[in-house]
Amino acid sequence: MPMTLTQKILAKASDKVEVVPGDIVEARVDLVMGHDVLMPLAFEAFEETGATKLFDVNKVVAVQDHFVPAPDVKSAEQSKRLKEYVKKYSMVNYFELGRGGVCHTIIPEKGFVVPGDVAVGSDSHTTTYGALGAFATGLGSSEIGVSMALGKMWFRVPEAIKVVLNGKPGRYIGGKDVILEILRRIGTDGARYCSLEFVGDGIKYLDIDDRLTICNMAVETGAKNAIFEVDSITNEYLQNRVKKDFDVLKADDTAEYKGEIEIDLSKVVPLIAAPHSPDNVKEVHEIKGVKVDQVYIGSCTNGRIKDLREAAEILKGKKVNENTRLIVVPSSQEVYKQALQEGLIDTFLEAGAAIGPPTCGACCGGHMGLLASGEVCVSTTNRNFIGRMGSKESYVYLTSPYVAAATAVAGKIVLPEEA
Amino acid sequence: MIYRGKAIKYGDNINTDVILPGQYLNLTDERDLAAHCMEGIDSDFVNKVEKGDIIVGGSNFGCGSSREHAPIAIKASGVSCIIAKSFATIFYRNAINIGVPAVECPDAIDEINEGDILEVDIEKGTVKNITLGKSYNATVYPKSIQNLINVGGLVNYVKSIRGVN
Repeated sequence: MPMTLTQKILAKASDKVEVVPGDIVEARVDLVMGHDVLMPLAFEAFEETGATKLFDVNKVVAVQDHFVPAPDVKSAEQSKRLKEYVKKYSMVNYFELGRGGVCHTIIPEKGFVVPGDVAVGSDSHTTTYGALGAFATGLGSSEIGVSMALGKMWFRVPEAIKVVLNGKPGRYIGGKDVILEILRRIGTDGARYCSLEFVGDGIKYLDIDDRLTICNMAVETGAKNAIFEVDSITNEYLQNRVKKDFDVLKADDTAEYKGEIEIDLSKVVPLIAAPHSPDNVKEVHEIKGVKVDQVYIGSCTNGRIKDLREAAEILKGKKVNENTRLIVVPSSQEVYKQALQEGLIDTFLEAGAAIGPPTCGACCGGHMGLLASGEVCVSTTNRNFIGRMGSKESYVYLTSPYVAAATAVAGKIVLPEEA
Repeated sequence: MIYRGKAIKYGDNINTDVILPGQYLNLTDERDLAAHCMEGIDSDFVNKVEKGDIIVGGSNFGCGSSREHAPIAIKASGVSCIIAKSFATIFYRNAINIGVPAVECPDAIDEINEGDILEVDIEKGTVKNITLGKSYNATVYPKSIQNLINVGGLVNYVKSIRGVN
């Protein structure tokens, strides 16, 4: 029977010739990632199972990224617990604050994922790594603990939705607009339990940072995973980053899809998700003029070098509006260094922005930029649920770095060309 | 296994940020987590919840973050089981893994009123609304998940197959 790309990966990882949607398979995992919030709990579950060592020390990665630098003693204790587990189990892949960054930026950046991998992480945005042609999905702490012990996990083989991207995106259009367009069409449960499989002629206009953004927020459609076919852009990105060999799998031409979404990238316009759901998507021009207290540029969704370049392009020689504050958070040390070398950080500082260290920080409602009641934030992050970034009475709009930077200059929501 | 309790009802797309807001993700004691359960959407939940209660959701219950803190907070509040039209995939797994059955029963939900007495039989796959005197078919778990529930969740299941006590 013909299979989709996701089905092929799951079949291979569970030593089956074929799988069909609905099958429950036990698949080997090639990467288990955890961070300071869930990994201490994962290690508790790991120890409760009776496990005494990691299934493969090279395939488990621990990252301090959510509550770092520690905003309070409770968070400091949590990070300390993770560090103790890292020592106890002789972990070799550990990223301390200042050595790594936000997990979903550093996992691809440091070559931990290759096409065809099965990757799991203690974070819903683990779907990000599908940009590199891997099956990647988020799990809770118990399942991460068990994955660390056994090196395998059960999955229900998902039905697939094919997303055909055609045409060339216009000026100021990137991965964020593409995923917001998908959210606008199918909503927050339109792909529930499904895989989103990206194909089409338009893919060649999306670089890896765009694809990472799309797969990152694919989870907001309810998708179990999202995956791009491997092409020359993927191979170029992987070169010099990955050390292990990999086979490139392809979906069969006659594979069955539960649904199909076709997007003409040339017709996508700048989009923004209004409070309080990522699928409450508007065209930016529809809500122009909303006054903004804070602009946040960062996160695993849009805190990579391409995002900072786009923000700097808008901010160069301009000032942040006097009624607005701008927080820029490069999402890894590597991104931060690159941004420094390219002069982007200078541009941000000159504009009157505050630069934060790589952290999930305010995106997850943790620290370093929470909102007061009544405040409005335009953010390049992934979720704008009630209270997500602070007060239950605050309002978060999700958009691209271009729109966010322009909004910081104007002090109100505007199109990129209006800054 | 049969769960009986009063219904506490919510709408569609109840996300894990409103079940357990991110600012509490540095808490680990389940009682501390329970003290903030549903805080993002219902600050009265902690006052009205009683042991055995059943949370009733619409579609896509538990969407968003993978934080296992969300079902842990629900369980520690005394909730015995969650029924909904549908669940988000990660929450569904997390809830079952820690021993809070998440049961899909799309037909029952619209007719349930807050406070109705419900009875959920996960083996038979039925939800009874005792208050209304009606019964509905729910999705029955595949055998592998049923086995996991029978031994009290994922960690116990792994212990049982590894032969570790």
